[in-house]
Amino acid sequence: MSTFWRRPLDADRVRPPHGEVLILADRCKGCEFCVEFCPKDVLAMSKDFNRKGYHPPEVVKSGVCMACNLCETICPEFAIFTTTTPESPPAAALPAPVLEGVAP
Amino acid sequence: MKTDPKGVLTGSHYLDGDFACGEGAMAAGCRFVAGYPITPSTEVVERIANRFPLVGGTFIQMEDELASMAAVVGASWTGTKSMTVTSGPGFSLMMENIGLAAMMETPCVVVDVQRAGPSTGLPTMVGQGDVMQARWGSHGDYELIAMSPQSPQESFDLMIDAFNLSEEYRVPVIILMDECVGHMTEKVVIPPADEIEVTPRRLTEVAPDDFLPYQINGQLVPEFARAGDGYRFHTTGLTHDERGYPGMSVEAQDANVSRLVDKIRVNAGDIVRFDEADTEGADVVVVTYGITARVSRAAIDIARGEGVDVGSVRLVVVWPFPEQRIRELAASVKGFVVPEINLGQLVLEVERCVAGQAVVRSVPHSGGAVHDPQTIAAAIVEVAR
Amino acid sequence: MTVEARPDYAETVEHPMTPFLRMDRIPHVWCPGCGIGTVVRCFASALEKSGIDLDKVSVVSGIGCAGRTAGYLKLDGFHTAHGRAIPFATGLKLGRPELTVTVLSGDGDLVGIGGNHFIHAARRNLDLLVVLINNFTYGMTGGQNGPTTPLSARSSTMPFGNFETPFNLPHLAASSGAPYVARWTSLHVRRLTWSIEEALERKGFRFIEVVAPCPVLYLRLNKLGDGVQRMRYYHDEAEIRNGADPGDAAIDFQGKILCGVFVDEERPTYQELMDEHYGNVLGDDYVPMPLEGGMLGGG
Repeated sequence: MSTFWRRPLDADRVRPPHGEVLILADRCKGCEFCVEFCPKDVLAMSKDFNRKGYHPPEVVKSGVCMACNLCETICPEFAIFTTTTPESPPAAALPAPVLEGVAP
Repeated sequence: MKTDPKGVLTGSHYLDGDFACGEGAMAAGCRFVAGYPITPSTEVVERIANRFPLVGGTFIQMEDELASMAAVVGASWTGTKSMTVTSGPGFSLMMENIGLAAMMETPCVVVDVQRAGPSTGLPTMVGQGDVMQARWGSHGDYELIAMSPQSPQESFDLMIDAFNLSEEYRVPVIILMDECVGHMTEKVVIPPADEIEVTPRRLTEVAPDDFLPYQINGQLVPEFARAGDGYRFHTTGLTHDERGYPGMSVEAQDANVSRLVDKIRVNAGDIVRFDEADTEGADVVVVTYGITARVSRAAIDIARGEGVDVGSVRLVVVWPFPEQRIRELAASVKGFVVPEINLGQLVLEVERCVAGQAVVRSVPHSGGAVHDPQTIAAAIVEVAR
Repeated sequence: MTVEARPDYAETVEHPMTPFLRMDRIPHVWCPGCGIGTVVRCFASALEKSGIDLDKVSVVSGIGCAGRTAGYLKLDGFHTAHGRAIPFATGLKLGRPELTVTVLSGDGDLVGIGGNHFIHAARRNLDLLVVLINNFTYGMTGGQNGPTTPLSARSSTMPFGNFETPFNLPHLAASSGAPYVARWTSLHVRRLTWSIEEALERKGFRFIEVVAPCPVLYLRLNKLGDGVQRMRYYHDEAEIRNGADPGDAAIDFQGKILCGVFVDEERPTYQELMDEHYGNVLGDDYVPMPLEGGMLGGG
């Protein structure tokens, strides 16, 4: 897959944003939209129950969130959002991106 | 405050009741009218459509009466005084949003130029069959105010009172005109603008962060925030709490609806208005409203000619009904005669208040014409004996 | 590796939409997997990006699930009678012309019971932004057949499948005269946000249809799975063709969903036409409605 992926010329200089996912677990109604459509597969459904009895999402891959905000935008419950953290390594240091699950 | 002179056509005019009503609305400060054409009310909006571009108002002819009334409620939330005009079939359609106006506590005026019904009935001919619909037409418990003019002059005058009362109590006010008054042409004197006192919207002075749209602070009528002033309030036709948020509980319903009713019931003494004449020592009192009041004058003269001591109570404000006064009169008279151009509607209210203390005689008329004064006179004489 | 999502931190940082929502009313009434919340999020985000003065924005809804949207946005919000959001909004806009008046409601509300108002507002080109959330059914009352229920789909009042032809809403809006017509699904969060933002910059009757899942009624009655499965269906079957003929945008049961901005043109609004016409005919005698409303201060 990665052979088809053109490496940006400025990959060694541009620092892609690094995001942190924040989950307001008790607001979640377990629709799974964020898990399904996260382009980086950062999330999975937790086995825990929240106060309402739903399974909220949890972060299962650390350091790969790019704060694209899709989870926040698609969440019907206003229960998840991302913040950008400054200490991102240059893109070149990151693993090659995968094409699957590109954000719609 | 004094009204805006732009809307006031000061002078002595020869106008029909519909035109006078339109002039009254403009003099009262009405600047938004939405309506749908319907006989015999259309001349009101025609007059307004002619004059509004000159006085800074907007008239829109909507696609139906549902839309007209909804637009009026919407416009009133901007602080612009708003009204609609219709007749029976359209009045039926407006009931939905009259209920919304009552629930949201929206000041507005609805003119119903009554024709004979039910349904399409007699479009061009008189009736007074909407008097109970005006009171009970929308579902659920609420109170509003209804007024009934007997002449073109009063059609003008009552519009100003109607708008002022709607502002004071935040309720829809119904003008129960009838076809005869609407199409009757008489002298109408329009006073100068500086003689027309209008009630401004009672805008809140509470800061947006502290404001709750239905907080009453011991009063029965909450203060108003208009759309676009930064209050970012919410209002709904659902039962709501003082924040204007839906409150689906027995307690919220009780607090909400009781106040809608109480704000009129508690203040009924200030709102009721009637012309009472010759009731002192009278044997019979004729209770009337609208055009029937004028027909009854001839009947009263005939009855007096036959030696009956007759008084009269003409309702200027039909709702709230002057319960107390009718009850008092019931103690001293032999009976009441209630002529109406319907088969007996407001007579039920008279009967309720009289509660068996005196005779109550309905003089019904199916509509299409006014009563023959002889019929009313005969009822008066019969009750007196 | 499982990483904690730092709920402690989440409690102290505000959700970015907090300033635009009535957070004291969250959680909202919508079911798990329902798309309405997503549309509200996109709407709020578009408002934020547009930079318009939110004090001057009103949102009007009718009745039904989508009718509750006005209640969650921190704007002047009006939850009106069933089907009457558009005429109510008409009054707001004409009563105080400086307002930005938006309508967020559902398919049953806006084009079922309120269908007449919809076509006439489009015909008049009233300056309203109408976002219609289409879930193909009457959700709040229990999944009855609606004006948009696709042919053959089941509903609680068409238990043997719907035999009524549904509306093609972009076509209806465009042929009624709307100068901005778009359709997205609740999966197209970025395009929807951008489209709402774009529509906020336009004037006249702007119509955006958003197809959204109703997992508890429409999907359950039709055995189509849950909300996320529906979102996958949007992913697979939505076809974006900006500028497509709205006449081609009809939706068949489980067929393609044509999305995009179909109409984006300029046409004078009701108020512009009124001002221009009265200006021509009456000249200096014409007194337009003041932008802040009519006769507020007296004489």
